[in-house]
Amino acid sequence: MNDDPQDLKQRVNRRQLLKLLGTVGVTPIAARLLPDLLPHLSDASPAQDKTESRRIRQWVLVFDLRKCEGCVTIGEAPQCIEACNAEHFVPKGQEWIKVFEMESPGGHSFFLPRPCMQCENPPCLNVCPVGATYMNEEGVVLVNHERCIGCRMCMAACPYAARVFNWEQPENPPGATFATYSPEYPVPHRQGTVEKCMLCAHRTMDGKLPACVEGCPMYAIYLGDLTEDIATNGKDVVKLSLFLASNSAYRLKEELGTRPRVFYIPGHGQESGHDIDEHRPVIPARSWQEQGVSLDDPQGGH
Amino acid sequence: MDTLTDMQQAERKLEVVVLRPLTQTSRRWYVWTASLLVIVGIGIVAYINQLANGLAVTGMRDRVIWGLYITNFVFFIGISHAGTLISAILRTTHAEWRRPVTRMAELITVVALSIGGLMPVIDLGRPDRIPFLLQYGKISSPIVWDFISIATYLTASLMYLYLPLIPDFALAYDRLRGATSSIRLKLYGLLSLGWLDLPEQRRRLTRGINIMMILIIPIAISVHTVVSWIFSMTMRAGWNSTIFGPYFVVGAIFSGIAGIITVMYVFRRIYHLEDYITAKHFRYLSYLLLAFDLIYLYFTFAEYLTTGYKMEEGENFLLRELLVGQYSLFFWVFVVGGLLIPATIIILPWTRKIPLLVLGSILVNIGMWLKRFVIVVPSLALPLLPTEWGVYIPTWVEIAISAAAFAGFALIFTLATKLIPIISVWEMKEGWERGLTARAPEPARSAPTLAPLAADTGGADEP
Ligand code: SF4
Ligand code: SF4
Repeated sequence: MNDDPQDLKQRVNRRQLLKLLGTVGVTPIAARLLPDLLPHLSDASPAQDKTESRRIRQWVLVFDLRKCEGCVTIGEAPQCIEACNAEHFVPKGQEWIKVFEMESPGGHSFFLPRPCMQCENPPCLNVCPVGATYMNEEGVVLVNHERCIGCRMCMAACPYAARVFNWEQPENPPGATFATYSPEYPVPHRQGTVEKCMLCAHRTMDGKLPACVEGCPMYAIYLGDLTEDIATNGKDVVKLSLFLASNSAYRLKEELGTRPRVFYIPGHGQESGHDIDEHRPVIPARSWQEQGVSLDDPQGGH
Repeated sequence: MDTLTDMQQAERKLEVVVLRPLTQTSRRWYVWTASLLVIVGIGIVAYINQLANGLAVTGMRDRVIWGLYITNFVFFIGISHAGTLISAILRTTHAEWRRPVTRMAELITVVALSIGGLMPVIDLGRPDRIPFLLQYGKISSPIVWDFISIATYLTASLMYLYLPLIPDFALAYDRLRGATSSIRLKLYGLLSLGWLDLPEQRRRLTRGINIMMILIIPIAISVHTVVSWIFSMTMRAGWNSTIFGPYFVVGAIFSGIAGIITVMYVFRRIYHLEDYITAKHFRYLSYLLLAFDLIYLYFTFAEYLTTGYKMEEGENFLLRELLVGQYSLFFWVFVVGGLLIPATIIILPWTRKIPLLVLGSILVNIGMWLKRFVIVVPSLALPLLPTEWGVYIPTWVEIAISAAAFAGFALIFTLATKLIPIISVWEMKEGWERGLTARAPEPARSAPTLAPLAADTGGADEP
């Protein structure tokens, strides 16, 4: 990002936002009701950094599939998954970002990483009976694990199978009991609640790139901001809209009206030297235990 | 006593027969109740195990996230429609033959709703957070709709069960003096709310029942509609349907009627109610069953043809698995065993006999359970992204809890028969008084009919 990291922290607080809404003609009554209707506007949000800027980031991810080769050419498991596992101490058996091998019309295949799509119209959010799934002001769909009752209605509703469930008490890293839980960084993990990718809300908040973006050795993943129309993979910075348009980006199951905030640029890993005639399956990713990370490690985040 | 009219004699006999189970308990009853208790006990052990170790002890995993519990949920909520809705419809349409069966029907509703409502709770990952539904309930969620409508239905059907019980509690209070414990007698006295059969009381009771019977119909319909909406508010193949509401309501009434027929038969046998529950009751109810069988068949056909014809990818996958693939056994047992065979039994005059009708009803409910299973599971197992089909094999925990649900259903019923008269005595009497001005009923025959639902075919009353 060519941004000053400090800048990333800039966001309005609730009062400012309400004032803003008031000035654009929302009646005061509606403004009063809004915090109830939209939980992400409430003070519970840890995003309290106050700056003069009123800009609210609207995060998106872009996967450049011309670069993604499922990490098969380097003989590794997908590094985005492993980085994610280590970052969040993802419970064993779960993958918040998955890499699928997809069949292309010609009979060959390509690789498709699938995080949570951070839908703008998220079916998972609409069906949650207790408001445990909510959207923060940056358009990231989060789960409050202290609220989730474990009904799994959201899993039934998500058309991208992005959600996973803690069927048993997951193993947490030593010391995790003392970690401060927040929906942005849901450690420790809890039995009977639902989990998913939350676009590393805890990292973007601190001006860092999501773990998968940083972990990708091919620089295939971009974090973008719709507000500023910019995106970066940690190496290059591009103008988001132009990048998407000029490379014929698409979204998954666009016809469902979920308005995903994850974009794909078609390709089959050609820019990373993937030979389309050579078939190599995706290698299973290692869990955080297998990678031997602990809460004190720098990638452990906190 | 020698001056008693035929009518009075008939009434006496009815009272004796109906009140007998309240005071006399056979050894078989204890054995039966004990075995049910054992099954329920095993289910409770299984649930404790699940609470301790998490839902990991079930066969559900990240792909197939719902299984037997949700299947049972839909099944029992379906059965619950038997009761109240049917008794409400029969009361509203003044079908006189309803009189001996309404009580059982209403009882089925209350019991099935309680068991059914428990199922999603057992399915929850965090049952300790149930109060959150009240605290944070979000009206946009189908689960909240379900919560509200099931709670309403349960309240309403409890009232609907209780109101017509008032005069019968008074009767029990009068007749059982000395024959039962004083605590129980006190309870009957209390529950009868000082019923003296005054004209004013009767008027009020009738009004109360009339209001409830009308109210209950939309409530019952709303319940199964929102149950279906848990599924059809998602975009999954097989669930993404506009007709799920009515489809489920019809299915619920269908399996509910079959439930009544089965329960009626059991009570008739055990408590010797042959004089009151006659072949006519089985016949009329099976005509109703046939009607709903055919409507359900029609809905099933309409649902699968309209999606199958277009062969959208997900629907295509799903339909293939249902019709010829891994779920085809379940599906065809449902179609043939749950719809076609029962319909044939009812249509053919020479199979329209009580035992066969009961067999048909049992088949209907086996079929309908399977149908609910193939609604819930395959749509979840269907790959949303290019993966294999999800696998779901229920574990002993789920099977034990499901068995406990069925045993619990039977158990509550069994216990209830020891507390409340299983036939509405005063309504029977009212029917006789109204129906016959000159001739006292001969109890050996069927109850009189003023407005039978379907014409009597003239077939023999007893097979
Ligand atoms: S599982 Fe949790 S997050 Fe998902 S719908 Fe239920 S309560 Fe909401
Ligand atoms: S991809 Fe699934 S989990 Fe993520 S926001 Fe969309 S519906 Fe919700």
